[in-house]
Amino acid sequence: MANTKLMGLFQDPEQAAGAMTKLKEDGFPVEDLDVYSGSPFPEGSFGEHEPEMRLFMFPLVGALVGFAIGLLWTAGTQISYPLVTGGKPLLSIPPMTIIMYENTMLGAIIFTVLGVLFESRLPRRNLGLYDDRITEGYIGVIVDCPEERASAAESALQSAGAEEIKKEEG
Amino acid sequence: MYYRRTLTDAQINRELLDVVLRTPMWWVIIVSILGLIVAGAASAFGFMMNQGLGVTGLQQPIFWGFFITNFIFWVGISHAGVMISAILRLSQAEWRRPMVRAAETMTVFALMTSLLQPLIHAGRPWRIFYWVFPYDWARGIWPDVRSPLVWDPTAIITYLTSSTLFVYTALIPDLAIIRDRSTGWRRTVYGILALGWHGNPRQWKLQGIAGILLSALILPVFVSVHSIVSWDFGVSLVPSWHVTVFAPYFVIGAVHSGVSAVVTLMILMRKLYKLENFIWEEHIDAVARLLIVVATAWLFFFWLDLVFALWLREEQEMTVWHLRLFEPPWSWLFLVFIVFSYIIPVPLWMFRRVRRSFTWMLWTSLMVNVGMFLERLIIIVPALMRKGPWTFTYDTYRPSAVEVTLIVGSIALVVLLLMLFSKFFPLIPIWEEKEGQKLIDDVRVGDRVIPALVKEH
Repeated sequence: MANTKLMGLFQDPEQAAGAMTKLKEDGFPVEDLDVYSGSPFPEGSFGEHEPEMRLFMFPLVGALVGFAIGLLWTAGTQISYPLVTGGKPLLSIPPMTIIMYENTMLGAIIFTVLGVLFESRLPRRNLGLYDDRITEGYIGVIVDCPEERASAAESALQSAGAEEIKKEEG
Repeated sequence: MYYRRTLTDAQINRELLDVVLRTPMWWVIIVSILGLIVAGAASAFGFMMNQGLGVTGLQQPIFWGFFITNFIFWVGISHAGVMISAILRLSQAEWRRPMVRAAETMTVFALMTSLLQPLIHAGRPWRIFYWVFPYDWARGIWPDVRSPLVWDPTAIITYLTSSTLFVYTALIPDLAIIRDRSTGWRRTVYGILALGWHGNPRQWKLQGIAGILLSALILPVFVSVHSIVSWDFGVSLVPSWHVTVFAPYFVIGAVHSGVSAVVTLMILMRKLYKLENFIWEEHIDAVARLLIVVATAWLFFFWLDLVFALWLREEQEMTVWHLRLFEPPWSWLFLVFIVFSYIIPVPLWMFRRVRRSFTWMLWTSLMVNVGMFLERLIIIVPALMRKGPWTFTYDTYRPSAVEVTLIVGSIALVVLLLMLFSKFFPLIPIWEEKEGQKLIDDVRVGDRVIPALVKEH
């Protein structure tokens, strides 16, 4: 059965929160509901689904990758052209740590940004069901539902005070 | 008097995207003038490449002059941008909102400009790549990881990449705002840059976490970068440079000059871009109070640097300090440096009226940066003039017209890049301002009504 997406546009965040409550009461699973806004609201303002994330893994992995590259770079270049200076050990550890530290941090930062994009499900090629007014202060409440429940979703959005309802065939 | 206008999302978009969506004549004039100055500096650089470093004031034994001073100066300026933004984001300080983007952007452009300086200083810039990055794999000979010439680019490239990613990540929601307000090819370009941002709770939550997490990661990098820059000096055997206190002294000096530059930038932005609704007296007041602490901490490290030299009473070290403190023109420059960096501005910042005056704060913050440029010059040149016991040339360093042109050009370049950035992206984070507007709740105390946010000040 094909799914359809509906978006109710609300000027008032309270009405948008009311629409979310109404949709949940009408049996629409919270995982199938989403809210678009032009600025962040405190977490849980719309009773939305709590997203599960593993962002904290990304900087750790990035740090390990950066450290490994730093170690390979500093140790590898010294070993591949062994030049003993003043009878000292070939690997000069104190300056190696400077470069390894920078690479570790760079790896952690690059992977954090990649993690943020990945967990945000970005980049997306198409905007899909969207309205430019969202970045002017409107709130979009999205319902992803089977075709036969579209009219129920539409009436729930309508009764909550949606200014406009848009539809996208899935 | 606390006053804040409550703005709708549409008003915030309109006011902060004014220069992005239209091109005012004053912007064109300023950018053209800056472009001409930068072109003049580029010509001076071309002349220098053609004629050789003989057209500069560099001569035996002083081979580090204005260009290296300028390198340290711009690395320093770049520091406070991300530092102030990261600390304020980590501590969730409400007054961060209007200043974080401009400060972070200044960091990126100041760092880019600082990276140009060693290239210019080399005289034949292509050779720097040969010294630092000869990873040709064919000969199997590599740069020496024990050399600060390798640490420096590593640290600065790490910081530049991190700062650019930091700016971009926080810019994504604003790019979506511009995308939604644009048409035609602009909509396509901003659409690509916005990566398909919708603004659902998951994305907003991650945006908040990213701000905190990246701040936490970038702060240690910020400390390391200027420490490593200080080791360009510290690991040498030049008298008065070979000091253990140099790393924290450089870092705190960078914060002093950088935060002052943020103040200058905010005041100019407020005036040029008519941002009176976003940058208030309270913001400048808050940064000025931070500056008092930073400047005093910097003075302590400066004093330590001097005391260590006096304590040792090593002859060569004393000679350098004698030159700095008692022999003109260095003694005059030293006086200007200490008066501009601390003696005039800090006592003035003690007064609330000064801290809340845009005019006073503009001039005192500019004064600090003149002083801090001189500080770097005084650290570098006199030490080289007396670096060995047998100095055969007792002549002083006089920067040439080419060097002065390139210094002026570097200032124009940073301002030009900031102006160009402001044409395509908002200098104040729009989504953060909108978030801040939601937090404006009037607090009633007796018969008075006070905006809740102002409680922080």
